[in-house]
Order: sequence, then C-alpha cells, then structure tokens
Amino acid sequence: MTRTQLSVLALTIALAAGAAAPALADDAAPVQITLKDHKFDPAEPMVPAGRPIVIQLANQDATPAEFESKELRVEKVVAGGGSITVKVRALKPGRYRFFDDYHEATTQGFLVAQ
Amino acid sequence: MIGALIIVFREVIEAGIIVGIVMAVTQGVRGSRLMAGAGVAAGVVGASLVAAFAGALASALNGVGQELFNASILSLAVCMLAWHNIWMASHGRQLAAEARQLGQEVRSGARSLFALAIVVAVAVMREGSEIALFLYGLVAAGGTTAGDLLLGSALGLAAGVAVSAVTYFGLATIPPHRLFAVTTGLITFLAAGLAAQAANFLQQAGVATAMSDTAWDTSAILSDTSLFGRVLHTLIGYSDQPSVLQVVVYAVTLAAIFTLTKVFAPRTIARPPQTPLTQNG
Repeated sequence: MTRTQLSVLALTIALAAGAAAPALADDAAPVQITLKDHKFDPAEPMVPAGRPIVIQLANQDATPAEFESKELRVEKVVAGGGSITVKVRALKPGRYRFFDDYHEATTQGFLVAQ
Repeated sequence: MIGALIIVFREVIEAGIIVGIVMAVTQGVRGSRLMAGAGVAAGVVGASLVAAFAGALASALNGVGQELFNASILSLAVCMLAWHNIWMASHGRQLAAEARQLGQEVRSGARSLFALAIVVAVAVMREGSEIALFLYGLVAAGGTTAGDLLLGSALGLAAGVAVSAVTYFGLATIPPHRLFAVTTGLITFLAAGLAAQAANFLQQAGVATAMSDTAWDTSAILSDTSLFGRVLHTLIGYSDQPSVLQVVVYAVTLAAIFTLTKVFAPRTIARPPQTPLTQNG
C-alpha cells in the first residue's frame, strides 16, 4: 500500500467516525401508547415541542406490528404482546403521523408537539 | 389476499433489485449462480430467525437491539459492496486488459463472490423478516383462509421476482465493455443508500443524535413509498424526508468509495498486451 493509499484510507475512517457524532443524554419527555385491537391509545398523544421524546409502545394484540412514521423517521417491529421503546428527536410544534406498517390504512395516530 | 400480495411485493422489490444487480455484476463468473442461491437461502434462514426472535431482539441492549442489529448488518453490506468495488478496480480491470481471451469469468473476479453473497443474504434477511412477521400476524389474527393468504403471498413473491429479473436482464443488455463502469457506479450508489439507512437506525437508537433535523421534504413530489420512489430508494437511496446526518453519511460514503476505487485502480489500465497474438479483439 502506498502513502497516498494509506492517507486516503485514514481520511475515510476519520470522516466516518466524525459522522457518528457523540450521543448526548437529554432529559427526554416520556409518552406511553398502547396498541389494542389495532388501535393506538391515545391516538393523538401530546408531547412538549423542543425536547427529545421517548415513546413506550405496549402491543396488547397477539399479532406483531411495525410502528412506523415517516416524519419521525421511526421504523420498529413490536412483537405480539411485546413492548418497545422508541427515541424521537426534539420536534418543532406540529402533528406527526405514525402508523402500523402492516395495517397502515386503519391503524394510525398523530404525535402532537406543542 | 390483496393485503398479503401488496406487502410481500413491496418487501421483495427491495431485495429483488439488489439480487438482480449482484447477479448482473457476477454474470458469467463460475459459481456465481451458486453464490446467489446460497445468499438467498442464508437470507431466508436469517429472516426466519429474526422474525422468531423479534421480541427478544427489540428488548435487547436496553431496547435498542433491533436498531443496532439493523445498523450493523446494513454497515456490513456497505463494507462488502465497497470492498467488491475496490477489489474489482485493483484486479478486475487489469486482468481483463491482459487476458481478454480467457473470457467473461476474468472480467468479474470470482474472489469477491463471497462478499456479494453476504450482500444478497443481508438484503433477503432484512426484507424477509418483515414478510414473515406480517404473515404470522395474518395467521394469528384469523379471518383469512390459509389458501387465500398463500395465494396472495405467492403472487406478491412472483411479482417481486419479476422486478428482479427485469433488473438483471436490463443490465445484461449493456455491452460487456460498458458493464464494468455501470455496475461500479450502481454498487457505489447502492452502498451509499444502505449507509444512509444505517445512519437512520443509529439516530433511532439515540446513538447518533447530531444533525437530526429534516434536510428536505419531497414527499409531495415523489413519496418513497410509491413504487417508483421505492425503486429509487433501493437503487440510489432516495428518501423523501432524510435527516441531515443521513445526507452527510450518504455523501461521505459516495465520496469515500469513489475515491478508494480510483486510488486502488492500477495506473496502467490500457497497457498493451505483451504478445501480438492477443491483438485480435
């Protein structure tokens, strides 16, 4: 390997490491959502704007679901009878749609940031 | 039935395009069909395991097991694609220039077959586990007869395989001397798109918290859940609402693989053959 090749390799690794910036432990606002009979409860949970959010989703159905949101950039499988934790970035005020990817037309809700 | 068809088709497209590209890249290499088959088989086994242990995976590592698992296997696929491109640049082109008469197997370089088998396995595993979970859900919920479900899934799978075949045969029409450049470019963009997806999972896990703002929102123009949007998502990593970090990771991956491929490519690509006997092509 030549010097040029080595330095390019080193630069690549440095850039990749820089992209994965250090995580900061913020005081995240918790939200609890339950999924039962393919309905989210609450369907429109309120969260504070400008603070990171931690969603606790409990799936009380026997079937697995995929909790997904384009706006929140979340995509996570929750087993039947299982529960998951989803971390969401600090949001600007607004309504953010989420849904079960397996039942998108019927199983949906909105995270309301104020 | 329609539900099963749509979901299975949607998931199979993404894996199918990747399998189609990999098969076109390794076209004519001895053992490449076996490699693709083994990759798909390993992916199906992996998908079943991931689906069966979805609950345990989700709660692992303080609740971010699923995200870190996805980020890890996507990163593995990115590394394998990058390695393939770099290996091809440093060996394949030189070999092809010196030994054209040996035929197509030299053009593609059998050594990186294993790396591409891993890429196929990762793609099939990721999409396959979602199909398995979805079908399990349909069965558990009842209301659909098993035959109906099976028919829908089979049709969805067939449609997905057709997309894979279109990708493969589309690439196969490219003249051999251009194919190398085309597939190198395709693999670079494919890898950058997968890297951006991995970045998204790291953000979802809270491991990477910087640059989490949305870079742009083009969902009104081209949604990445539409058919065309999905194809672009797989091919070049198109996303309608990416985070700034995803865009940065995408650009860095693209630049890194492009640069490394150039750096590792031999300087004397167009070296004339040693003997005049090979000067007939």
